[in-house]
Amino acid sequence: MSDHEYTPSSKFGKWFNDRLPLLTLANHLTDYPTPKNLNYWWTFGGILTFCLITQIVTGLVLAMHYIAHADMAFSSVEHIMRDVNYGWLLRYVHANGASMFFLAVYIHIFRSLFYGSYKSPREIIWILGIIIYLLMMAAAFMGYVLPWGQMSFWGATVITNLFSAIPLVGESITTWLWGGYSVDNPTLTRFFTLHYLIPFLILGLVVLHIWALHVPGNNNPVGIDIKKPSKDTVPFHPYIVIKDAFALLMFCIVFALFVFYQPNILGHADNYIEADPLVTPAHIVPEWYLLPFYAILRSVPDKLMGVVAMLSAILILAALPWLDTSKVRSAVFRPLFRQFYWILVADVLILGYVGAMPAEGLYLLIARVATAYYFAHFLIILPVLGWKEKTTPLPLSITEPVLGGSPNLAAARSDEKIEKTIK
Amino acid sequence: MRKLKNIFFVLIFSVIVLNSSNSAEKTPPFLETKWTFKGLFGKFDRASLQRGYQVYTEVCASCHSMKYLTYRNLAEKGGPEFSEAEAKAIAASFEVTDGPDSTGEMFVRPAKLSDKFVMPYANEQEAKAANGGAYPPDMSVLVKARKGGADYIYSLLLGYSEPPEGVELDDGVYYNKYMYGNKIKMPAPLSDDLIEYTDGTKATAEQMSKDVTNFLMWSAEPHLEQRHKTGFRVIAYLIILTVLVYFTMKKIWSRVESKV
Repeated sequence: MSDHEYTPSSKFGKWFNDRLPLLTLANHLTDYPTPKNLNYWWTFGGILTFCLITQIVTGLVLAMHYIAHADMAFSSVEHIMRDVNYGWLLRYVHANGASMFFLAVYIHIFRSLFYGSYKSPREIIWILGIIIYLLMMAAAFMGYVLPWGQMSFWGATVITNLFSAIPLVGESITTWLWGGYSVDNPTLTRFFTLHYLIPFLILGLVVLHIWALHVPGNNNPVGIDIKKPSKDTVPFHPYIVIKDAFALLMFCIVFALFVFYQPNILGHADNYIEADPLVTPAHIVPEWYLLPFYAILRSVPDKLMGVVAMLSAILILAALPWLDTSKVRSAVFRPLFRQFYWILVADVLILGYVGAMPAEGLYLLIARVATAYYFAHFLIILPVLGWKEKTTPLPLSITEPVLGGSPNLAAARSDEKIEKTIK
Repeated sequence: MRKLKNIFFVLIFSVIVLNSSNSAEKTPPFLETKWTFKGLFGKFDRASLQRGYQVYTEVCASCHSMKYLTYRNLAEKGGPEFSEAEAKAIAASFEVTDGPDSTGEMFVRPAKLSDKFVMPYANEQEAKAANGGAYPPDMSVLVKARKGGADYIYSLLLGYSEPPEGVELDDGVYYNKYMYGNKIKMPAPLSDDLIEYTDGTKATAEQMSKDVTNFLMWSAEPHLEQRHKTGFRVIAYLIILTVLVYFTMKKIWSRVESKV
């Protein structure tokens, strides 16, 4: 937070701001002192906001044409693809948008893991992020059910059946979720309702996520606390805004390549076959972004324990700020952690790969080893590392590593200028 | 550190290679043919789409429905682009049941442009009964509903042969090397000179397979041409904007001595 009081220049502005301090908020957002050494991995927060808005806007229009009924859902999607003006564009943006959203969120999460952004004082930001991620998975899963294709139907059947693993009440809960004795029309209508609701819950949580971020301010690649505002920071506008815009545009080019040239490559061909409760597809696989967790689920022989393992794999992240005992945030100064970090990245990719393969033979063995390693990383390696690891010396400020030790006069002068413009 | 990264990439690479060699074992590679609809500016071959419609209506349509297509689609831009008169004539050659009229009776009339493609069977049960228990799938989005898409459909149409030694086939089951499990209930649908093309093209099995696959690709993606055209413009626009924003960013960040 900037340490000066903001007063609007116009009389009306002052009158309004005294009653509802929107202008103070706007001023805070533009002036918000941001570490100037943020790299491009930090631009994914803005990209994710863009993804959320894109999904809400395209989803809103799609919902005007979609019919949530087991007999009509599939043909209403075809109606959107054929007869609605630019319906094909809306649907392809929405469907690929989900994949791009997850791509961005995984980069965002792994950035946080690398630079230790989850550590004190940012635990709440991190936990809010985990809740957002969970809601995203719920929204994506239910959204995938809506076209009522074969994968929609059988994916829904497999996932909802997981609840039947709960002892005693499992069966009743599953029936309650389905609204009947199998996945059917009542399931589709409630999934549609929830799919419409969740994005707005996410939006609310995103506001809290950003609010919580603006209390301590951004972490940075060096991972040290910095004085704000100072030589180490730049105002959010225009510096971070323009950089985020540039990264967002690059992201949009990739997004557009998928939407316009490979719109179905991330989906599954079976979902263009209308749902048929009597025909089970040869392989039921979830969308790519859920595959690592699917692999964990299937690597445990017991159904209930499989579900527990899958849920723990996500929830363990919420405990991460306390599992990682190292005081040093950034992996840049943690040579051992850095190696384990890349092993974890590989481990998750391997889990994703075996999640797409049949759960048998060598694949199952790999899935089990990778699952065990995943938990070992968080439960054993991280706590021990923080205690054993010899970290490299931390710099005193951001300016030091950036400028090689000696403060640069020209830079200092331009910083003074900036500080003046803030005031 | 670098060593670790190398191991990491070798791992990923080997996984990809393993995967591709794995899937290659199961089905032979698809037959190769040149599709005009692929690529940055891919467009449909108009004449091929019109011939493809002829193959569909004279061969496939006796068993396969295309319930999401409307006769007006045949005259729409980006499709076979029959003239409106031609499309009307095509529609009029089919009969649909309409009604009830003012006296409460259902009646039969020639189809109009606004009607959906007439289906060969009244319902799924009738379709199954007429085809030895196998349901001929609706072909509207068939290309997108099969792994391999157009290449798969094209290969399947030409993939019939006598079963290899040791493969026993029941009555009404045929051998096709591209089919999942190699057994298919549809007899080879196309053979040389099965139909006579109105435009005089020689109707070889390859030609008909290619034409009808083109037609099915269009029916699955009727806005493909518009998508490619729009896509090129959108991406060109984004690239120009990205370059401009890049220089703006460089200019703005030159005020602070920090790398962007």
